[in-house]
Amino acid sequence: MQIPYTVHERPDTGLYNGKLGVWLFLASEVMLFGALFSSYVLLRTGDPGFMVVPHEIVEAIGGAAHGAHGEVRWPAELNVPIAFINTLVLIFSSVTIVMSWASLRLKDFGKFRLWMGITLLCAFAFLGLKGVEYAQKFDHHLYPDTANFLAIYFTLTGLHALHVIGGIVVNAYLWGPGAKMWRTEPERFTNRIEIAGLYWHFVDLVWIFLFPALYLL
Amino acid sequence: MSGHTAEEIKGEIRRYWLVGFALFLLTLVTVGVSYLHLSIGLAVFVALLIACLKGGLVAAVFMHLISERQAIYSLLLLTVLFFAIVMLGPIGGRLGSIGIEGG
Repeated sequence: MQIPYTVHERPDTGLYNGKLGVWLFLASEVMLFGALFSSYVLLRTGDPGFMVVPHEIVEAIGGAAHGAHGEVRWPAELNVPIAFINTLVLIFSSVTIVMSWASLRLKDFGKFRLWMGITLLCAFAFLGLKGVEYAQKFDHHLYPDTANFLAIYFTLTGLHALHVIGGIVVNAYLWGPGAKMWRTEPERFTNRIEIAGLYWHFVDLVWIFLFPALYLL
Repeated sequence: MSGHTAEEIKGEIRRYWLVGFALFLLTLVTVGVSYLHLSIGLAVFVALLIACLKGGLVAAVFMHLISERQAIYSLLLLTVLFFAIVMLGPIGGRLGSIGIEGG
């Protein structure tokens, strides 16, 4: 059976089906992250002690900068340089994945392979740095059940990391075995890269909001 | 939606790099502002303003929302509506609890 509208646009929506499907998926993702972000705002505004590191933890890990009232706030315990580098890595990967799509539109499959390969390397670099960050937390015996802030921090960043892993699986398939579609159905393959890119940009978009909300404020 | 001639696509590529560079600069600004020791209200406002600007650039240029089909806009309008409800929930909850404490 031939799947309809994988290349050409449906007359009623003006979109090929895969693109509409991915946007519907992204809309559900907005609600998923939105609900968690809303929980973070609720906890942060509702509990005056939410952002304050308990005294016994400060003593155990030591050396954090003190706030205006002498208390230590959780962002001071997070690794801002790593998160900053990770932000730049994700932004660069957003450029490289859109470059891979543009390369296909210019009929340059070699460049596509290059840019998609760099995107994958960026994704692995992000996860590697995230792993270093998590390892530092675990070394200090900071786990999701240690404090409410850490529960939200690990949930939001962990869910985001799972999305990065999902992106790696899809992009690696399209870079590797899935790329043979380019020889038989180049337009359909180009569309696949476009919608994989839409997902990847969304992953970047979520991090753009997580970075200041968790690490800087 | 997007240009189809090679020249138009090359023009788009220049725009992608320009936006990538703008996002890089805005990230530097975000981190720089966090060292200014602003009041928490102002810090939240500035950080979220920059994040919205960066998110807007990603959505508009990388996700092509600047020139998308009506169906996508309609879908996103509904998403924004529900997202606003989810985000306004905590504010409503806070106002409610203040009312209870006041009463």
